[in-house]
Amino acid sequence: MLFSPASPLPASPALTRRGVLAGGLTLGLALALGGKRARAAGPVGTFDPPATPNAFVTIAPDDSVTVTVKHLDMGQGVSTGLPTFVADELDADWSQMRFAFAPADAATYANLAWGPVQGTGGSTATANSWMQLRKAGAAMRAMLVSAAAAEWGVPESEITVARGRIRHEASGREAGFGAFAQAAAALPVPAEPRLKAPAQWIYIGKEGVPRLDTPSKTDGSATYSLDVRVPGMLTAVVAHPPLFGARVARVDAEAARAVPGVEDVVEIPTGVAVVARDTWSAMKGRDALVVEWDDARAETRSTQALVADARAVFERPGTTAFASGDAAGALAGAARTIEVEHVFPYLAHATMEPMNGTIARREDGGYEAWGAFQIQTIDQASVAAIMGTTPDRVRLNTLFAGGSFGRRAVPGADWISEAAHILKATGERAPIHLVWTREDDMRAGHYRPLVVHRVRAGLDDAGRIVGWEHRIAGKSIMKGTPFEALIMADGVDATSVEGARAMPYAIGARRLTVHDTRELVPVLWWRSVGHTHTAHAIETLIDELAHAAGRDPVDYRLSLLEEGSREAAVLRRAAEEAGWSGPGEGNGRGRGVSVHTSFGTAVAMVADVVVEGEEIRVPRIVCAVECGVPVNPDVIRAQVEGSVGFALATVLREQVTLADGAVVETNLDTYRPTRFSEMPRVEVHILPSENPPSGIGEPAVPTLAPAIANAVFAATGERLRSLPLDLSAGRGA
Amino acid sequence: MIRFQLNGREAALDVDPDMPLLWALRDHAGLTGTKFGCGIAQCGACTVHLDGAPIRSCVTPLSAVDGASITTIEGVEGPVAEAVKAAWRDLDVVQCGYCQSGQIMSAIGLLTQTSAPTDADVVAAMDGNLCRCGTYQRIRAAIADASTRLG
Ligand code: FES
Ligand code: FES
Repeated sequence: MLFSPASPLPASPALTRRGVLAGGLTLGLALALGGKRARAAGPVGTFDPPATPNAFVTIAPDDSVTVTVKHLDMGQGVSTGLPTFVADELDADWSQMRFAFAPADAATYANLAWGPVQGTGGSTATANSWMQLRKAGAAMRAMLVSAAAAEWGVPESEITVARGRIRHEASGREAGFGAFAQAAAALPVPAEPRLKAPAQWIYIGKEGVPRLDTPSKTDGSATYSLDVRVPGMLTAVVAHPPLFGARVARVDAEAARAVPGVEDVVEIPTGVAVVARDTWSAMKGRDALVVEWDDARAETRSTQALVADARAVFERPGTTAFASGDAAGALAGAARTIEVEHVFPYLAHATMEPMNGTIARREDGGYEAWGAFQIQTIDQASVAAIMGTTPDRVRLNTLFAGGSFGRRAVPGADWISEAAHILKATGERAPIHLVWTREDDMRAGHYRPLVVHRVRAGLDDAGRIVGWEHRIAGKSIMKGTPFEALIMADGVDATSVEGARAMPYAIGARRLTVHDTRELVPVLWWRSVGHTHTAHAIETLIDELAHAAGRDPVDYRLSLLEEGSREAAVLRRAAEEAGWSGPGEGNGRGRGVSVHTSFGTAVAMVADVVVEGEEIRVPRIVCAVECGVPVNPDVIRAQVEGSVGFALATVLREQVTLADGAVVETNLDTYRPTRFSEMPRVEVHILPSENPPSGIGEPAVPTLAPAIANAVFAATGERLRSLPLDLSAGRGA
Repeated sequence: MIRFQLNGREAALDVDPDMPLLWALRDHAGLTGTKFGCGIAQCGACTVHLDGAPIRSCVTPLSAVDGASITTIEGVEGPVAEAVKAAWRDLDVVQCGYCQSGQIMSAIGLLTQTSAPTDADVVAAMDGNLCRCGTYQRIRAAIADASTRLG
C-alpha cells in the first residue's frame, strides 16, 4: 500500500489487516467506483432490499416523522430527497417530515450501490435509497393501519390514510400517526409492502416540495462540522509540509508555546500540531513555530515539468482500456485524420467549509467523532486503528457538510485521521477540534488529477468516423489505496477512463489506452471524476470533426447517435429549447453544444458565449437532462444550476499549479471560483422518464466545458482544447 | 476588555484585541452562524453588520468594534431581514448552505440601503460573496423577490 507520503498512512495497513472489513470495503468500493455501474446501459437504481422501516422511520407522539438519512448532505439535497420517498408511501403531510443523519453502522446503513460500506458518492444516494425508503414508508404505513385497526376493532381494509391522518369513515374515528406509532413499531414488518403506482405519487416527481434543510440554513442555526463545540475541547491547527512528501526534520516550538492560549505543540505523522484554547491562538502559535523540513523525498517539479513528464509517458505503451476493431488500420486508410491534445490541470475542490473534524475520548473508553463524514465505514475504521480500538468503539456524528464535491470521501480519511493523531499525541486529555485554514485546505492535495489526452480520429469521404485512437495520461486515483487490488483487476483505473470507454457515437474501430504517471501529489475524485476530462476531450473533438465534415454540430451528433437513445433525446430537446439554428457567424458571439452521459444520467447543453478581447462571457446555458423519475424537479434544477456555477470557473481560469513542487494557488484570491456577476442564466429542461432515478449531483458538470469551448470556436474561429480556456495562449501573447 | 452591542445586547469580551471578530464570535460568543471561508476578505462567508452595514468579520480586529453595534445572522431582524429570509426560503436558495449566512447579510445590507436596487447595485453588493455550490441564479431571484415584497 503506497499512499503518497503527503497523505496520512495509518488507515490503509490497518484496514487490510482487518480481513473481513477490508474485504467488504474493497468489494463495496470496487463496485461503486469501478465504473461498472456507470458503464451500464441504463440508469442505476435497481437495488431491492427487504423493508426495514424501524431503521429509517421514527414517528414521535407529536406526529412528526423523522427519516434517518444514511448519506452525507453536502448540499445535494438528500435530506429532502430521501424523506420524500418515505412521506409519499406513508401518505404523510410534508409539514410533519423531519430528518436526522444516521450513525456509522454499515450493517444497517450501507450504500446499497457499494456493498457493505456506508458512504456517499458517485451520485448514488437517490438511486440506492429509492426502493429501500419507499419500502420503509410503505411498510410503516401498513403497520400503522394494522395498529389502528386493532385498537378501533375495525377491518384494516376500511381504514384510509391521507396527509398524515388515519381515518375510519364508518365510525368517524380519526387519529394522527403519533397515536399509533409505538404499537406500529412493535408489529411484524410486512415482507413485501405494496408500493404505490407512479400515478398515485403525491410528492415524488412533484413541484412544491420544499427542502427540509432550508429553514436552518437560512437563519444560521444549521450545525456544520466546523460548528461543533464539545465541552473542554481544544482547537488544533497543523503546520503541514510545504512540499508533497516532505517530512519534519526539526521543530523549535519554544516561541509557539509562549503564545497566550497555546496549550501544547505535538509532532504527528502529517506535521506539527499547535493545540490551543481557541482558533486564533492556535493560528498565532503556528505562526510562531519554527519547523525545518526534510525535502529529500519530496515532489519538487513544477507544473510544466509535470505536463512534460505526462507527455513523455505516451512514448511507452499504455494499458488497453477498450478496443474494437483495428483502429490503427482504419486511421491509416481514412480520407482525413485530425489529431488533438488536451491538457487538464489539477483542480481543488475548494469547498466553502475547509476540512475539519472533532474527536473526543468517551468516559467508557471508546471514542466519539464529529464531522462531515462521507465514507463513514472508512473514517470509523481509520480512527479505530489510530486509537488502537475496534470500529464498534468509535461513534461518528455526521453533520452538514459545507460542500464536498468528492473531497470528504477520502480513502486515507485524511482529516479525521489527523484529528485522531493529535488526540493521541496530546494524551487524550481534551477533545480535539481540528481546523484547517483555507491555505491548509488548498495545499493538501487530493486534487482532480493533472491529465493529458491525445486523440486521433479519422473520417471517410462521407464524414463518418472510421477510426478513433484515444490515449490518456495521468495519475491513477485508485492506485495505492486499499481498493487497488479489486478495482484495477484489469490494470485500468476506471476513474481515469470513465466516459471514454463507452461512447454513444457510431465509430468504426476504436482503441483507448491509459498511461500512468508517477508523482507525489495526492489526487482524488472531483465532482464527476473522470468525466471532467473525458467528456471535454470527446465533445470538443466531435465538434472539430463536424466542422471538418462541413456539418452542423447538432445534426452531425444526431447522425452518429442511435435513434431513440437518451443522448439523442436530450440533445434534440436542448437544441429545440435553445432555438438552435447553428453555431453562429462569429464576430465574437457563438453557440456551442455538447452531450454526455454519466452516473446514469444523460445531459445535453447549449452554451451562448460572448468574446471580447481575451475575455469569455457566458450569458446563457440551456440544459436538457434525463435522470430517470425526477424525484424533486426543483432540486434537480438547483443541481444543474449549481453545476454550471461550480464548473464555469474551471473553464475560465481555475487551476492548481506547482512551482518547484510548492502549491501556487493557496487561497481564494488566486484560486478563484465563479462569482455572482459571472453566473449565466441557466435554463433546465427535465425529460419525463419512468426509469429509476439516477444521479444528478454530478452529471451536469462534464458538459459545460465542451459546450463553451465549442461556442468559443464559433465566436472566434480559435480552437481551444486545453482547460482552462486561454485565448491569450492561442494568440501567442 | 472590548465592549460592544451584539445582536442588541451588551457584550464584553476579554480576549486578544487583535483577534478577528469572526473568531471572537465563533469561539467566544457562541455564535457559529457566521462562517469561516478564507480569512482574507475574499469569500464573504463571514459577513456581519457593523452599525448596520456589511463587513467581513475575518479581517476586522475585535479592537475595531469597541463601542460599535454588531449584528449577526442569528440576531438580524426587521422588515428587510424578514423579506430577505422569506424570499430565500420560498425559492429554496440554499444548497450546502455554508455561504448563505454571508449572502443573506450582504443582501439585507443592500436592500436596507435601497429597496429597489439596480442590477449594478446588486452586483456591487453581492460579487464579494462566493458560493461554491453556484446558487447565484437563485440569490439573484431572491433579491428581486425580497425587493418586491418590500414594495
Ligand atoms: S472568511 Fe471572511 S471573507 Fe472569507
Ligand atoms: S450554498 Fe454551498 S457555498 Fe453557497
